[in-house]
Amino acid sequence: MTEYLLIIISVVLVNNIVLTKILGLCPFMGVSKKLDTSVSMSAATAFVLTVGSITSWLVNYYLLIPYGLEYLRTISFIVIIAAVVQFTEMVMEKNYPYLYRVLGIFLPLITTNCAVLGIPLLNAQLSHNLLEAALFGLGGALGFSLVLILFASLREKFEGADTPELMRGSALAMLTAGLMSLSFMGFIGLDRL
Amino acid sequence: MNITDKIFKFFGGIKPEGHKQISTRNPIKRLPLSKELIIPIRQHVGKMPNIIVKIGDRVLKGQILAEPVANLSAATHASTSGYVKEIKPMNIPHPSGLPDQCVVLETDGKDEWISLEKIDIENISVSNLLEKLKHSGVVGLGGATFPSHIKLNTNRIETLIVNAAECEPYITCDDMAMQEMTQDFVDGINLIMHILNIPKTIIGIEDNKPQAISKLNSVLSGSKNIQLKIIPTVYPSGDEKRLIYLMLGVKIPKEKRPTEFGIQVFNVATLISIARFINYGEPVISRVVTVTGALSQPNNYLALIGTPIQQLIKDAGGDPSQEVIMGGPMMGFKLPHTDVGVTKAMNCLLAVTDEMKSKASTEMPCIRCTKCVEVCPAQLQPQELYWHAKSKQFEKLTDDYKLFDCIECGCCSYVCPSNIPLVQYYRYAKSEIREQSKSSEIADIARDRNEFRLFRLEREKKERAERNAQRRAQVSDEDKKKLIDEKKAAIEAAMKRVAENEE
Amino acid sequence: MIEAILITLSITIFIGLVLGYASIKLKTTGDPIVDKIDKILPQTQCGQCGYPGCKPYATAIANGEADINQCPPGGDDGIHKLADLLGVEYKPLNAEHGEPKPKSVAIIDESTCIGCTLCIQACPVDAIVGAAKQMHTIIEKECTGCELCLPPCPVDCIDMQVIPETTENWKWKYPIYKIKQQN
Repeated sequence: MTEYLLIIISVVLVNNIVLTKILGLCPFMGVSKKLDTSVSMSAATAFVLTVGSITSWLVNYYLLIPYGLEYLRTISFIVIIAAVVQFTEMVMEKNYPYLYRVLGIFLPLITTNCAVLGIPLLNAQLSHNLLEAALFGLGGALGFSLVLILFASLREKFEGADTPELMRGSALAMLTAGLMSLSFMGFIGLDRL
Repeated sequence: MNITDKIFKFFGGIKPEGHKQISTRNPIKRLPLSKELIIPIRQHVGKMPNIIVKIGDRVLKGQILAEPVANLSAATHASTSGYVKEIKPMNIPHPSGLPDQCVVLETDGKDEWISLEKIDIENISVSNLLEKLKHSGVVGLGGATFPSHIKLNTNRIETLIVNAAECEPYITCDDMAMQEMTQDFVDGINLIMHILNIPKTIIGIEDNKPQAISKLNSVLSGSKNIQLKIIPTVYPSGDEKRLIYLMLGVKIPKEKRPTEFGIQVFNVATLISIARFINYGEPVISRVVTVTGALSQPNNYLALIGTPIQQLIKDAGGDPSQEVIMGGPMMGFKLPHTDVGVTKAMNCLLAVTDEMKSKASTEMPCIRCTKCVEVCPAQLQPQELYWHAKSKQFEKLTDDYKLFDCIECGCCSYVCPSNIPLVQYYRYAKSEIREQSKSSEIADIARDRNEFRLFRLEREKKERAERNAQRRAQVSDEDKKKLIDEKKAAIEAAMKRVAENEE
Repeated sequence: MIEAILITLSITIFIGLVLGYASIKLKTTGDPIVDKIDKILPQTQCGQCGYPGCKPYATAIANGEADINQCPPGGDDGIHKLADLLGVEYKPLNAEHGEPKPKSVAIIDESTCIGCTLCIQACPVDAIVGAAKQMHTIIEKECTGCELCLPPCPVDCIDMQVIPETTENWKWKYPIYKIKQQN
């Protein structure tokens, strides 16, 4: 029981996929200008991550490992993730057309999000069982959402601030991301009993 | 303990230096008649009334100059007898400095009243009385100038609250009016209670007015249903919703009015003018103005509406070139022109002191100390409102941060350590948001008209095509041939005529 | 070797089937973005953007044929709102399409008007009242200031009047105060 809790704490706070593992920076920088797009992006990525990591684990355990096809891992994971993203896109276009329009190109770019590929690969590498793999995916999604929403709120505040012209936009965003990453270092040791 | 004995405490508020003693040393002064009175036609919230006098007309004191139009409107009267010299746009006491229609009255010194009609309160219906009040010029004299006949047009009032708080520093006109016009004041309360069958009145007065309190206590000693409640001196206890909370503990939400809770609030000067109108037939032609600040003899004056304010300032020992604020130091505005006349909204003329000047001119960046949040009586977040108003991000202000709940009391800018003029930013944001919603309404109408026009053109085209098809179907082929032959013959005959004429 | 090909083929075929089924089930129709764009445009119907009205311009933006910076009456504010809605970068107003002008209304000089109805046919919001050989006049409240009635008038009797600032439509200005100087 405690190991599952520790997995979640570890992947959300201690080894946060965005700020500590530095994966998934593309939507982190691109979508975080407004809070509502960030919330919808984090929901979409969470869905893709969880479903993707479970399906990838199933394919890995039942199809790839028995037949000794570990070298096909990367390519089959990418195919699966692309399919899940496509499915998510269709659902969003039907039910939330406004958010679909606003997210624009970033929705299909979840396919190339290194976090979304990284977590299933890490699952396979660390030989998690199904429950651990699912929790790892869910935790990764939670960590990604947490940081994305925090970052978007900060960036919205910066919109009104009296910052130097030179620093506005991406420069300030990069600095802030770096400072956030530093601050998350404070969680080191939280997952050690 | 009766619920009405308790005094509730509202959140926030500040306790600035009162500066009230300097203008209450002497009784209310009445100045001699000035040669010209500049009377603005609209001195109230609502539609511009209709001017019914012409240039050259002789008018008597109390004669109506402009009739109210529609319900949200009030009348304007001549403050003394004289001749209508001019009717044209002139400078008025308004923060924009823009002119508005005024009547310039050349006084003849006779001060002759028009024949006045007392109102028999026992034998008049409420609707007749309200109609008469509409033409009496009585508006909220606390500064809001809302026509009072609309406030009295209700019969669900359980409690009348009299706003005798006068919480803003420097202003003492209500204080002196209560001391010197006590009988009219109490008459006003009794008349309103009688007209609207109000069972109970509470007078809310701050504890920095000991003489007024003792005078009122002695006059009201017999009244069972008028209660005098003394509240601690905190700014802004005189705000309508804050006062209601202090007196009764009732919180009135933004969208609702106090009458929906059975409460109505009236100002002291308004009640005095209602009493004088009903008991003596006198319309509103004068008011008490406090002239104070950086002057040698600050005082209260009973000034006729339209009196040039320079006359008052000079009598109080001021300089014509001084900057003057109309209203108090917290909610008043600087008068862009001082060649204006006294209006119904003018409760105080404040000559700007050096201390005020130094505070006004040095704005420093916000340090997010949240002192403003601690004092906001409306429990808003002034620093968020400032942040968004400054960067012109108006989308979140109305709903998320409740900008329109702000009463512009000025407590936040008073405590700001960076001297930021917060209220100016909120006023700017409010007018921008109002203008945006107005232009989107206009745009919607234009869009509808455009769509209808396109629809109308389509419809006309269709109707024309149908008509042509019908006409063509009716005329048979033979008739068509006959028509063509006839036309050809006519053309040949015309050409022959032309050829013959040429020869 | 053969197992590798079979397995990858089976995965891809399975996914293809699922996606094909989903795309039929989750079909979308219509695109209300045109209405959202039209709501932002100022409805002056002036045609300065190059399209005959605000709705055609909104449709062109939605189809990607027109850029968002072609509307002078909407001003910078309108371009920012369009950029936020569509998720594109803000661009300054394209000067080819005109400069922003203060809001004005048209007024007909009644002594010169000949009653030809050409301006009535030109007005996109039907703000001109009149008939053939009768006096024409402009309903000030409905006039959007689009200036489309000025060219057709054969006697040049229509002028644009800037709406003056009165106490009714005055608004508070953005506060400008000196920041404390360091001596």
